[in-house]
Amino acid sequence: MTEALTKRMTYLDALGLAQREELERDPSTIMIGEDITLYAAGGAYGDIDMSRVRSAPIAECGFAGMAVGAAITGLRPIVDLTIANFVYLAADPIINQAARLRYMTGGQFNVPVTFRASMWHNQANAAQHSDRPYPMFMNVPGLKVVCPATPSDAKGLLKAAIRDNDPVLVFEDNDLWGMREEVPLDTDFVVPIGKAKTHREGSDVTIITVSGVLRHALKAADALAKDGINVDVVDLRTLLPLDNEAILNSLGKTGRIVIADAAHRTCGAAAEIAAIVAEDGFDLLKKPVRRVVTPDVPIPFAQTMEKQLYPSPESIANAARSLM
Amino acid sequence: MINDIDSEAYLRMLRIRGFEEAVTRLITEGEVAGAAHSSVGQEAAIVGACMALRNDDYMSGTHRSHGHPIGKGAHLNALMAEILGKVTGVCKGRGGSMHLTDKSIGSIGESAIVGGGIPLATGAALSAQVRKTDQVALTFFGDGASNEGVFHESINMAAIWKLPVIFFCENNHYAAVTPARDTHGQPDIARRADGYGIPGVIVDGQDFDAVFKATQDAVARARAGEGPSLIEAKTYRFDEHCVGLFIKGGYRTQEEMDYYMTERDPVKLMRATLLARGYSDGDLSAIETRAIAEVDEAVTFAKSSPYPEPEEAFELVHADPIAIRR
Ligand SMILES: Cc1ncc(C[n+]2csc(CCOP(=O)(O)OP(=O)(O)O)c2C)c(N)n1
Repeated sequence: MTEALTKRMTYLDALGLAQREELERDPSTIMIGEDITLYAAGGAYGDIDMSRVRSAPIAECGFAGMAVGAAITGLRPIVDLTIANFVYLAADPIINQAARLRYMTGGQFNVPVTFRASMWHNQANAAQHSDRPYPMFMNVPGLKVVCPATPSDAKGLLKAAIRDNDPVLVFEDNDLWGMREEVPLDTDFVVPIGKAKTHREGSDVTIITVSGVLRHALKAADALAKDGINVDVVDLRTLLPLDNEAILNSLGKTGRIVIADAAHRTCGAAAEIAAIVAEDGFDLLKKPVRRVVTPDVPIPFAQTMEKQLYPSPESIANAARSLM
Repeated sequence: MINDIDSEAYLRMLRIRGFEEAVTRLITEGEVAGAAHSSVGQEAAIVGACMALRNDDYMSGTHRSHGHPIGKGAHLNALMAEILGKVTGVCKGRGGSMHLTDKSIGSIGESAIVGGGIPLATGAALSAQVRKTDQVALTFFGDGASNEGVFHESINMAAIWKLPVIFFCENNHYAAVTPARDTHGQPDIARRADGYGIPGVIVDGQDFDAVFKATQDAVARARAGEGPSLIEAKTYRFDEHCVGLFIKGGYRTQEEMDYYMTERDPVKLMRATLLARGYSDGDLSAIETRAIAEVDEAVTFAKSSPYPEPEEAFELVHADPIAIRR
């Protein structure tokens, strides 16, 4: 297959393609999760031996733990935890086992397991189905955390996660599932974990984004351009490990930084990025760091209350303007 | 007359006994930081289960972590060094007393999270099934752990997928200081097997033969693709929940302890069985001498090994190292 070949597809199709390609490429790859033989996020398993695709009972802690056991004994499990809030039920095997087994056993085991979780915020699902829990897992040494913001990144980062020898959490923004883009069909197309991507170059202000907030930031950048403000838009793609260099490089170009992230304010991803900027980039700053994040309230059901909470093109643009 | 399995089992039981006594001594002498959970009293249950496994079969354990790898056949030196926090330890000083893990003998880890090892072994069994090896996995857990949700979740998944796993409960009748009778609606944990449609058996955990036989049956079932079994070994821990802990006594009677320690000591019972089976006193003394020498050697090795360098704390976090910010 030539590298130039691409196909227009949705973010969700890209995830499914990544999964299918990896299942076909490597017989040690398996999938486990609820309802997955019928409609796993991404679905479509081709000719895969179904003993490798397990529709599990509703037992998140149990099957996440089993995936860890399978991972240290020779398989590469992909665990579909579906809605991100259910990650909490699997927190013990993810945090106490997957993240630290390699370390705690003195390097006797690799733990090549991928946990998928989809963030369904901004869709009137209320507080138990609307979380963006990636910052909590940024606080767990031993894990890797990725948040793809485009269909190509969804394919490339999920494939990188599956091939990685460490446990990787893939947080998908459900709002992006229907988003379309030309996606590389090369079966070896992977997006390296740990590398941010600059989506737009600018010299006046940096907007750092996480996951689906990227598209709001790009809209904000369009609006700001009309005012003559040139924006540098950097999508982090990976939250653990963070691409500190990309953050500081962009800050070096602009001297002004807005961090736009749909997680909650306190100890959120934006808080850590702001700390990095304060520690390592203070001299580059022309103005204080601005965070555009979700306030510390449980997510309400009524749309009049919910919609206002997340970063939007307007709130991001306003934050950028306030720095000029 | 001398049967390999019997003598090996006796040796492994003596290794556990001697190892645990040495650890207790080292804690008392201040040579060991932290605390340790001793398996003294549970040797027959552990060794009976492990001897039914092959070297390449998987085993996961608990916070009471020393007996399991020894029972599975691990060499003592690196285990003892780990307890002293030495770089030569089986986990390079990162795991310590609750996490003695020796991959070379099929141990996939002990867990300080009560119940934590149960899904891991179940996953190892899934792995063996998918990879079409004929390995089985055995998971040790206590009566206390059987009340954790993952016990139910794992055993149910193992049952529906016919995974080659043996759920092995060391029921020593106490979870820390809480009697099992106060925490189980049904005191016989093996009877829960009915709820998952799998066999459940209760065995005398002080009797090596009984445990060995029951586990062999479960292993044969698992290897034949017939799925999991639940074995409950009724056993007893002689030491306090945790050696080096302040909380002592008050939750079990002297009478009960005396009964187990004098009449139901698995090591003494095994010795009597072997004598009755035709072993001479000399045969058994030779095994006993060997066990003592191995424990002594392990202590010497551990004591003379260096500690890890502080810098090593930053290694092994990831498969391919990433920069750790300080
Ligand atoms: C999830 C969890 N809860 C509580 C504890 C504290 N704790 C350590 S050992 C123990 C008792 C465990 O009892 P049991 O499973 O019967 O094993 P035993 O100590 O009898 O071998 C408890 C409550 C823990 N380590 N992990």
